[in-house]
Amino acid sequence: MTAQLHLGVFYTGVGPQFLWDDPSNADHTAIETYVSVAQTLERGLFDAFFLGEGLRVRENRGQVHALDVAGRPDAITQLSALAGATTKIGLVATQNTTYNYPADLARRLASLDYVSGGRAGWNIVTTDNAWTGANFRHGGWLAHERRYERATQFVEAAKALWTGPVEADTDLVRLRAEPTVSPSPQGRPVLFQAGDSPGGRELAARHADVVFSANTAYDKAAAYAADLRDRLARHGRPADAVRILPGASVVLGDTPTDAAERAEEIRRRQINPQRAIAFLEQYWGQDLSAFDPHGPLPDVEPAEGELDPSRGTISIEHRTGKLERIQQWRELAEAKNLSIHQLVQEVEPRHHSFVGTPAQVADEWARYAADRVVDGFNLTPHLVPGTIDEVVDRLVPELQDRGVYRTEYTGTTLREHLELP
Amino acid sequence: MSSPKTLHLAVELDSAGAPPGADPHVLADVVADAERAGFTFATFDDAPAGGFRVEATVRAAYSATSTSRIGLAPTSHVLTAEPFHLAAQLASLDHATHGRAAWIVGTAATPEALATIGRAHPDDLRQEVADVVETIRRLWDSWEDDAVIKDLATGRYLDPDKVHHVDFEGETFSVKGPLITPRPPQGSLVVLAAEEFADVVRPDIVLTDDLRHRDQTAPLVFGELEVRFDSTEPSPNGRTRYTGSPAGLVTLLDQLDLDGVRLHPGANDLPVLSQEVLPELHRRGLLTPPEPGATLRSTLGLPRPENRFAVSSKGIA
Repeated sequence: MTAQLHLGVFYTGVGPQFLWDDPSNADHTAIETYVSVAQTLERGLFDAFFLGEGLRVRENRGQVHALDVAGRPDAITQLSALAGATTKIGLVATQNTTYNYPADLARRLASLDYVSGGRAGWNIVTTDNAWTGANFRHGGWLAHERRYERATQFVEAAKALWTGPVEADTDLVRLRAEPTVSPSPQGRPVLFQAGDSPGGRELAARHADVVFSANTAYDKAAAYAADLRDRLARHGRPADAVRILPGASVVLGDTPTDAAERAEEIRRRQINPQRAIAFLEQYWGQDLSAFDPHGPLPDVEPAEGELDPSRGTISIEHRTGKLERIQQWRELAEAKNLSIHQLVQEVEPRHHSFVGTPAQVADEWARYAADRVVDGFNLTPHLVPGTIDEVVDRLVPELQDRGVYRTEYTGTTLREHLELP
Repeated sequence: MSSPKTLHLAVELDSAGAPPGADPHVLADVVADAERAGFTFATFDDAPAGGFRVEATVRAAYSATSTSRIGLAPTSHVLTAEPFHLAAQLASLDHATHGRAAWIVGTAATPEALATIGRAHPDDLRQEVADVVETIRRLWDSWEDDAVIKDLATGRYLDPDKVHHVDFEGETFSVKGPLITPRPPQGSLVVLAAEEFADVVRPDIVLTDDLRHRDQTAPLVFGELEVRFDSTEPSPNGRTRYTGSPAGLVTLLDQLDLDGVRLHPGANDLPVLSQEVLPELHRRGLLTPPEPGATLRSTLGLPRPENRFAVSSKGIA
């Protein structure tokens, strides 16, 4: 049988990719919007609906960042509400292992799994920065290098607690607990893993059922799949024990040109002039609002010190070396005669993953499936419900025509949807 | 605040045919029955350890979209959780119900409960309860009601002057804020606490086992009453237990000088309450079921609180 693609939607919680200013959007934070989206995904036979996590509202120079959509529910609570309004769709909560307690989180996840009849998933992430930790009892307690050590012990405790009593007493995990929730029809929540660092990949190879990877382009996806299968073999797990669902954005059009124009228009709106200034402010560490986004780069020197992590968008590896980066940008802007706005559009690493007619995108995805470099995609919409309606109504039928996408649900649990062993 | 002719009835579902490990469809049916019967709110008891029970905010949230009138009140425990997570969970429940959520402040501090998060007993339990509740109330206020502006001219989704750090500094923890979740529709969820913690929680509703007294400083006082129509056994919990006929219960409830009563029926008693007791109370004009679309606060006659940060920002910055 032809390999089947599995699709999820990552409901946009924060960030510039979501075009909140578009009049077609439904109320982004209303429960009715979530219910309607989840029901549309069931109509489109999707595997899963994902909620992200960000435990501190992003800031720009000490004040709440004003330009992007913000304000989101607690994931497990919201997905529990959706469990009561849906019957098939998998419900996946991103939850970090740094600022949670293993027994408490394991219990809440098992509870979601139970009320949804076996449709829960846990997208395991780590949080390293003390800036986020300032919202918690023991902020900043965990060293960056040890975050996956903690994550591994945390996940092992949670998994153990889903089958029996657990007692652990290390310097990273301390608990004594007994199971409090009966197993769901899928036994335990499906485990997703999202980190792309070596530590993250090891955690995935040991414990994950699904990886939500950042490697979407074909070559990167193929290399990632090969790396993951090596790691799985080393941990004694079969090559098909883990589903690979990279994140992706899709822009469809009636013709290739129409799709390309739409993609360009969306990108222009995602990185608008105000966001371009705010982007540079992170690196300059000072107010740049006096500079014209359509003019040359700021001629003032950046503030001393490392990058401000408070936007929550810069990984720790990119928090140093800002002076070199700014120098490179100056040279690039000089060479190509770019304004602030143009430069940021050039250097911001967000690009649409798939742009084309529904038939073109379906052909491309069918190739990914045939070559087994991914098992599907986790889509990030730029409009809600616009992007989702478009994928369900226009792309899904093309995938079905190519025999790479289900025509009905054959199971009821998330584990069954994903065809996991 | 109470009128002697109005009584609010709440129902605890743990023993009312929806035990905490019940099949989710059974839970949904029981909550729907309680809504149809005219209860003001349903409560979902919880404990971090000791026995099988689906976590209470999950059970309450699961019932959110299939109900439209009844309030949903989970117990969440403050000593075994992160205050920030509790604030977001409860605010999210209020959003998902359009303002029908309440919170029963749980204070479990047994060795088994504390061991689930590997912590010691607090040096000052009452102070920590007070600190967690204060933190959560601040976090609920951290977004002003009109913080989201969607201003196309400036490209601003929200007004950063209306989203606030809460800067709680307690003896044992501190929390910066703001919350990730916008302000709950009710401003603050309806907060309930047992009598012994009323002074540190300052609840909207105090729960008392003493059905006769009402020298309380809380806005509303609810009595706790077990109901077993088919048993004469005393309560194993030391609560007052009613064991007579449905008509006798109507008479008892009619005579109480309380704002409300939380009933703890057994599995077979909820249908009798729904079909005989509540209709009779309704007929006598003693009970007014909640209106569709009303918030729990408005049903209970409780005001929507001012936002403390909005008030302070009106001052001299």
